[in-house]
Amino acid sequence: MEQNVYPYILVMAGVTYLIRMLPMVLFKREIQSTYVKSFLYYVPYACLASMTFPAILTATGSIISAVVGFGAAVLAACKEKSLLTVALIACAAVFITERVLQFVV
Amino acid sequence: MNRTTDRKQEFRSGLKDGIPIALGYFAVSFTFGIKAVDGGLSIWQAVLISLTNLTSAGQFAGLDIIIAMGSYWEMALTQLVINLRYCLMSFSLSQKLRRDVPWVHRFFVSFGVTDEIFGVSASREGKVHPFYSYGAMCVAVPGWTLGTLVGGFFGSILPEFILSALSVAIYGMFLAVIIPPARKEKAVRFVVIGAMAVSTLFAVVPFLKKVSSGFVIIITTLLVAGAAAYLAPIKEE
Repeated sequence: MEQNVYPYILVMAGVTYLIRMLPMVLFKREIQSTYVKSFLYYVPYACLASMTFPAILTATGSIISAVVGFGAAVLAACKEKSLLTVALIACAAVFITERVLQFVV
Repeated sequence: MNRTTDRKQEFRSGLKDGIPIALGYFAVSFTFGIKAVDGGLSIWQAVLISLTNLTSAGQFAGLDIIIAMGSYWEMALTQLVINLRYCLMSFSLSQKLRRDVPWVHRFFVSFGVTDEIFGVSASREGKVHPFYSYGAMCVAVPGWTLGTLVGGFFGSILPEFILSALSVAIYGMFLAVIIPPARKEKAVRFVVIGAMAVSTLFAVVPFLKKVSSGFVIIITTLLVAGAAAYLAPIKEE
């Protein structure tokens, strides 16, 4: 896959930079449309949610540990822990569940 | 006012605010390095992606497309939709940047528009100096890039059960971003649950299963965020 990867990286980096750069360089006025503003406000939530679920269920060694990890992350996030803490709690939950499963199954 | 001391001070406070960001980045981009090398990329390709993209969600989605050898259009569209939030952040930061500094700084400041760097910049009182952004970027970018390097390097040495546990880190971080506002705002809650439901449909319905992961994210985001913006427009301040 050596040769084919670089054009992908170029497209990725190029598009991502343009999205960040163009609004800052070109526009100095504020967006007026309520619909566009609302849409942009909801985009990160819709996007992150669709990336997380159901993908998280197949990320680990077994679906049981994935469900426990998901549950632990949701609980920790509800308590408003920091990003790093929630990530580590999810990892720990998966780790412990898989150790327990080893003995049970 | 002395311009040089001004710059130094701004740069220093940027560095300080960048440290916790860099630590968080390291852990997440570590798993990106593991996943990229696991998917067949070289360590240096993974590091190059992190250095040039500086974004978590976009990189993970982009990696899936590279591994699946999707089309460049799919890649461009996926990055556009996933990173569309940066557009809004750049708009917002563009109003907050100091006007007495040369315009050319905007080309460099915009490279560092991430959720976290934008977050600390937006919470600053008054206008933001470009050197504040540079300070934050000076620790956050190495944190993000080195994490990928270390992850790519040790990923092949780490045993399976460690990798299995680490692979949920990125999802944990995403949940930490979306759940607190979802608890506070009904519309965001609707968006989060709606998006999870729609992407689940794409994973289980036989015909929809054929749609590749990048397009699932695009379609779900456009559909759910579009509906939410129509049904629950945000209130003007």
